[in-house]
Amino acid sequence: MTVEATAGLENGTLATAAAGPRPWRVAWPDWRPLLLGLALPLLAAAGWEIVVQAGLASGRLVPPPSRVAAALWKLARSGELWPHVGATAARVGAGFVLGGAAGILSGLAASYSPLFRRLVDPALQGLRAIPSLAWVPLFLLWLGIFETSKVALIAVGVFFPVYLGVMAAVLGVDRKIVEVGRIYRLSGLALARRILLPAILPALVVALRTGLGLGWMFVVAAEYMGASEGIGYLLVDGQQLGKPDQIIAAILVFALLGKMADALLMALFKPALRWQDAYQGGR
Amino acid sequence: MMVPLRAVPDVEEPAATAADGGAGRGLELAFDGVTKAFGDVGVLRGLDLTIPAGQFVAVVGRSGGGKTTLMRLIAGLDSPTGGTIRINGTARRGLQPDVRLLFQEARLLPWQRVLSNVGIARGPGWKERAQALLAEVGLADRAGDWPYVLSGGQKQRVALARALVTEPGILLLDEPFGALDALTRADMHRLLTRVWRQHGFTAILITHDVAEAVALADRVLVLRDGVVADDVAIDIPRNARAAGTPRLAELERRILTAV
Ligand SMILES: Nc1ncnc2c1ncn2[C@@H]1O[C@H](COP(=O)(O)OP(=O)(O)OP(=O)(O)O)[C@@H](O)[C@H]1O
Ligand SMILES: [Mg+2]
Repeated sequence: MTVEATAGLENGTLATAAAGPRPWRVAWPDWRPLLLGLALPLLAAAGWEIVVQAGLASGRLVPPPSRVAAALWKLARSGELWPHVGATAARVGAGFVLGGAAGILSGLAASYSPLFRRLVDPALQGLRAIPSLAWVPLFLLWLGIFETSKVALIAVGVFFPVYLGVMAAVLGVDRKIVEVGRIYRLSGLALARRILLPAILPALVVALRTGLGLGWMFVVAAEYMGASEGIGYLLVDGQQLGKPDQIIAAILVFALLGKMADALLMALFKPALRWQDAYQGGR
Repeated sequence: MMVPLRAVPDVEEPAATAADGGAGRGLELAFDGVTKAFGDVGVLRGLDLTIPAGQFVAVVGRSGGGKTTLMRLIAGLDSPTGGTIRINGTARRGLQPDVRLLFQEARLLPWQRVLSNVGIARGPGWKERAQALLAEVGLADRAGDWPYVLSGGQKQRVALARALVTEPGILLLDEPFGALDALTRADMHRLLTRVWRQHGFTAILITHDVAEAVALADRVLVLRDGVVADDVAIDIPRNARAAGTPRLAELERRILTAV
């Protein structure tokens, strides 16, 4: 009751703001927090650029922004960058799909079947306790040094958060709402589609985003262990040839790709989560 | 998925027991030695009673007295430990398509708009049916809204429309107005009386409020210690109740003592 009242109140405030004399305030996103957040890093970058340009520091180990930008530009323009981007994205994509699907399926199985939960969950929890990077030598031994071992490592990283998230989401579905479905005699399929799925969807998206984030983390590890292609390879290459500008450029590409993948995932689920946006409209 | 409507009207029952209510589509409900225990705690200890088709019954009793448990048994959400529940003479088994339940909370699906919530059971022509029922509860223009924008009373009206959309023979109401303010509650009372007359279902209303019970019902059951401790017929025409007669006050006193 309190929550609803608060949400209603916040919404009321929003509506008042929208009806106010300056509607453009609401129509456009507010950039000020973003600018404020960017101020410090931009200032630091500009400061370092000036220091290096003025000859006060060589910038050999910590290259100034201009040199990083130049390295990035060179990689992009020569076309050298894109196969690396493609290779890394493909690995993360494959690992995410495999690990995510396995995580969803076992999460569902564990939440529906107490037997499965008792049988499999302890083992999975045990495996989860192993820092996943410790798998690397085993995976290399078992699956070879090529794509399979890399994708497997990423899939392992994606699997656990998705498995745990889905299991917790299903177990946490409000029994009262499920009862409504039972009273109105929804078939098993209709119950799953119209009640269970929407109920777990917000948590599922969070789990998938966490999994995807870990996928990006693990691809770095996988490529660092040995690859002839990929953004991670650019890191290794930059280290071995002493090119910190290339390393920082690769890091930036990682950050950008990670952000884009996350945004893509969000956009994919956005239509299905519209009701939740509306619910949280005032926040 | 079609929700079956009752094909055969209840010809063997009189239209309604109350002189001023019931359109004759309700179902008769009978309890035959019904008991319910959770572990070794007996919550219901032998209910024997018959509720004629179309009657409006209120159930009062102390908190934890087993009123909600009783409702869940009738709806088929739980099974009795012993005894049988009959609907129009047939022993109830499993969930009943003819029984709808209004909970204390409206329990609308937050991810569906109002119209889809009302038409939750779907079936052919559900949109038109749902829209018609929304109009009946006075919310015709809210069909496209998300549930969260509705007030508490509006949510309960949507829940009422949802319950009525499949023309139930029995409507169970588990304190659905408990959280509403007095004015909204009075509105809901009028609305409930109106739809009960129009649709003719058998109504069973749980309430803490004895005044509410005697204002709305044909009959008040007092549930105490797992049995029906008192069974009071409210033999006053509904239009005379608002004024508050001495007889009404006397019945109210009697129920309060029994609780
Ligand atoms: N699933 C359950 N498992 C164990 N005990 C239960 C269960 N459901 C109800 N009870 C117990 O049965 C008793 C009756 O509960 P019930 O909810 O029917 O009471 P009530 O009359 O509806 O109370 P209130 O007026 O507070 O809603 C309570 O003591 C409750 O703890
Ligand atoms: Mg109760």
